[in-house]
Amino acid sequence: MRVLFWLVGALALVLTACAPTAAPARPAPSAAPAPAASAATALPTPAARPANPEVILATTTSTQDSGLLDVLIPVFESATGYQVKPIAVGTGQALALGARGEADVVLVHAPEAEQEWMAAGNGTTRLLVMHNDFVLLGPADDPAGVRGAPSAEAGFARIAQAQAPFVSRGDDSGTHKQEQAIWQKAAFDPRGQAWYQEAGQGMGATLNIANEKRAYTLSDRGTYLARQSGLQLDIVLEGAKALLNVYHVMPVSPTKLPKVNAAGGQAFADFLVSPATQEVIGQYGADRFGQPLFVPDAGKREDEVSG
Amino acid sequence: MDVVWSAVVQAVRLIASGDPEVLRVTALSLQVSLTATGLSLLVGVPLGTWLALARFPGRRLLLGLVNTGMGMPPVVAGLVITVLLWRSGPLGELRLLYTPTAIVVAQFVLAAPIVTGLTVAAMQQLNPRLRLQILALGATRWQLLALLVREARLPLLAAIMAGFGAVISEVGASMMVGGNIPGQTRVLTTATVLETSKGNFDLALALGLLLLVLIYAVNLTLTWVQQRERPL
Repeated sequence: MRVLFWLVGALALVLTACAPTAAPARPAPSAAPAPAASAATALPTPAARPANPEVILATTTSTQDSGLLDVLIPVFESATGYQVKPIAVGTGQALALGARGEADVVLVHAPEAEQEWMAAGNGTTRLLVMHNDFVLLGPADDPAGVRGAPSAEAGFARIAQAQAPFVSRGDDSGTHKQEQAIWQKAAFDPRGQAWYQEAGQGMGATLNIANEKRAYTLSDRGTYLARQSGLQLDIVLEGAKALLNVYHVMPVSPTKLPKVNAAGGQAFADFLVSPATQEVIGQYGADRFGQPLFVPDAGKREDEVSG
Repeated sequence: MDVVWSAVVQAVRLIASGDPEVLRVTALSLQVSLTATGLSLLVGVPLGTWLALARFPGRRLLLGLVNTGMGMPPVVAGLVITVLLWRSGPLGELRLLYTPTAIVVAQFVLAAPIVTGLTVAAMQQLNPRLRLQILALGATRWQLLALLVREARLPLLAAIMAGFGAVISEVGASMMVGGNIPGQTRVLTTATVLETSKGNFDLALALGLLLLVLIYAVNLTLTWVQQRERPL
């Protein structure tokens, strides 16, 4: 009996030790969002601590798995005093979280879905951040003979014809949407085919599966370069127009979703497109992978971006 | 196999070097799961004792619910709590989503039915005549409960171990309500998932080994307490 009391007591101690973390900063109740006023494009001074320091960033697994966020977020946090909570999910879920006001800013890569999302009034603005490209990966011996295909859809068609195993993200992510768009262009619906498998997971996990199954898969180049050394997958198709992978950042609109931290979301978007950050993005990965993982694009028009 | 060996080497190195990030993740795992287990004890032991001893209409339905809760899928608990804690959800004003507290809440929901259910079983396997005898000797209600808990302490400690083991090792709820945010809500299981998807299999395995060592250490302590004095 005494033993049990002692145990409960010890656990209660741990509980009280945990308590301070349970009190996150509350936003000032009067902090009504003022989107127009907060549109100061210059970064806030480091000393000024924001009224609501918590910024929820809904983003894609590729930005996390490539390690880019680990580099950018600490810089933003120390420069502005904001605290970013990056939630790395598929683009579909990231957009859904933003549309519910459960995130303050989204960083995703599915232009068509983004435009719908903006048209629905979910965001204040849509800023081009960077791009890289998608690459079609496959076993080195290329059983479906994809190498040399004239276009992305032609490459996909060869896979379908050979019924070679293909692992899809299957998670409504930006990569998944891109893959579906290419299948559509190839005028082929692979769903339900035995050789077509949906992983339902992030890019990193999907690469692991494709690697084990000696299958083809579509990956963003950044994640592939970051993971290349552990994989026996080669690039079998790259450089096609349909394989461009463009990232936009969009602060969530406080007009439609009053509970969001509009100032914080805007500050993070401004940070991503600022010249200093763009330079960091343009160099990220060069030391480890021999080439940068992303091309910075802030300020360009979408049709100016080219792989 | 070389990945396993390199994981063992890396795990030893991780523990020995005292890498601050790994220490933080480990400490948070321990803190969150011990807190959740502690809370589930505070609720589960009294509730289980009551369910074991009391007789009232609907008791079996309630017991059935508790036993179902013992098999609660972490990802379902995580999803429901996430929706409740959303800004637009009923508890959004608490601002708890993506905090360690949210993980504690989710793990409590997972551990409480386990502790409750196993407490019921522990209490019911006591000889029913023991209760009559204690009462006949003039014990008060509280003395009776204290004596019964004392009698059932071995299976009760097993209940603690089961509850703790379930929550320290779950990943679905922690990932969903915590968000796996570095420095804030990253625990050993979610860090393992992340390193796996990054392709750092040896680091992922090393974190897994660290988790196993941690579970062993906690259970060894509990086992030591359990086996120290054998019942008559």
